Amino acid sequence: MFFQQLVNGLTLGSSYAVIAIGYTLIFGVLNIINMAHGEIFMLGAFIGLLLVTKFQFGIFTALLGAMVGGAILGYLLERTALRPLRQKKVSHLAPLISTIGVAIFLESVALNLFGPQTRAFPSEFSGHLLDFSFFKISMIQVISLGTAVFLMLVLQLLIEKTKVGKSIRATAENVETAGLLGINTNKVIVWTVMLASALGAAAGVLVALSFDAIEPTMGVMMGFKGLAVLILGGLGNIKGAMAGGFILGVAEVFSVAYGASSYRDAVGFGMIIILLFWRPQGLFSKAGEGGRP
Amino acid sequence: MLKLKNLVAGYGSIVALKSISLEVAQGSIVTLIGANGAGKTTTMRTIMGLIRPSQGEILFEGRDITKFKTHEIASMGISLVPEGRSILARMTVLENLEMGAYQRKDKEIESDMEKVFGRFPILGERKSQLGGTLSGGQQQMLAIGRALMARPKLMLLDEPSMGLAPLVVSEIFKVIKEISAGGTTVLLVEQNVRQAIKIADYAYVMETGKIVLEGNARDVGRDPRVMEAYLGGKQA
Repeated sequence: MFFQQLVNGLTLGSSYAVIAIGYTLIFGVLNIINMAHGEIFMLGAFIGLLLVTKFQFGIFTALLGAMVGGAILGYLLERTALRPLRQKKVSHLAPLISTIGVAIFLESVALNLFGPQTRAFPSEFSGHLLDFSFFKISMIQVISLGTAVFLMLVLQLLIEKTKVGKSIRATAENVETAGLLGINTNKVIVWTVMLASALGAAAGVLVALSFDAIEPTMGVMMGFKGLAVLILGGLGNIKGAMAGGFILGVAEVFSVAYGASSYRDAVGFGMIIILLFWRPQGLFSKAGEGGRP
Repeated sequence: MLKLKNLVAGYGSIVALKSISLEVAQGSIVTLIGANGAGKTTTMRTIMGLIRPSQGEILFEGRDITKFKTHEIASMGISLVPEGRSILARMTVLENLEMGAYQRKDKEIESDMEKVFGRFPILGERKSQLGGTLSGGQQQMLAIGRALMARPKLMLLDEPSMGLAPLVVSEIFKVIKEISAGGTTVLLVEQNVRQAIKIADYAYVMETGKIVLEGNARDVGRDPRVMEAYLGGKQA
């Protein structure tokens, strides 16, 4: 029982982590919270669904397609809702509101295109179950967990080792200094938003696959949970977002398994309230770091 | 090499530069001195495109760069070592230097890195440490080393001696002279007027947003007004 729940929790948590990384990347370079991230997650799931059902693609091709779609949405988001405001030097709350606007718009588009009903997410792997003596894991869970971990490893490598990753870190630390070093920070910001959105869309496919359910409003609650993980791990802290995602996933699954199933969605937010009393900077950021990667 | 013509700039309604004109000749060390709040840092920031001038123009190698973006100006060969150094504190010493060479694509980045470590051995010893863990003097060396990694034609240094111990200050000034000897043109903003005058070829004195005096560094150093205001009284 315990191991079974742990496996379930880690699988769920890996998707939370991928969503939260998207928030944290954008917070790092722009110091804002992208309220449209949950809706990009949702559209990622729908793009994946379309590719699987209408075009008969395999799940991994569909995932890749959803990521490309997410990146395009991220590009449009940056050009329409973020950059115009950045160049006008308006209040830092303005991009929060403009991304909420984009979120509502995207949700309406999805409702119009796909209707309000919940749909199933078919996959060639449904029903396969791997039975280890003390826990069982479905093929879907293996794909979901494996893909999430793979994406996180690739991202970590990208951020730590590549020139693009280093320019993202430099921009996140100090936009002005990055510019003085010859880095086109506007370009880095677009790349970062596209990367974050691609990850959000990938998480959408993984969650839709795991729950075998997909609907236009699925981005709202998932977006809030991603925010919970963002704060749990420390704003702008990539490793914190990864760890925070797993912690929230495991905590939710255990709270359902050992009692309070109706409070499942409240667990994450309860954890934040407790955490903010104890470590206001998040679990994995040092005090006074100002919350950037 | 660099020419500012009647530059007017400021922050909001405050005019910090009231028609500044100055020239930096290729290969020279030019110093810009003056009290706090005279507009020296604003001049540097305006050259780099961090502040947009409301009037006037900035020419670099004959090209009008007044409307260029900061990263474009940096890529043309102007490196600013900013006041307060602006080290990337959460990146390692090595990564800071790599970022200095960001816009370069040639094969000599490695050997330039070795040269920086040769000039500042302490940076070599600490290359995998985070920039934020270095002392003030080491951070200044890293900031200069990082600017050198860009192989700039013109290096702007904003108060490089600020807050440093006397021994470190003379080391920094020695390095500035070496950089100049290596062919890089230098524009140096300093409050340490005595040292700045000593290494510079030409000097401008700024007061409340205007150039009030200019000339060969030696002559400016002998000017009674400069001696009184910045060099602690009259000298023989």
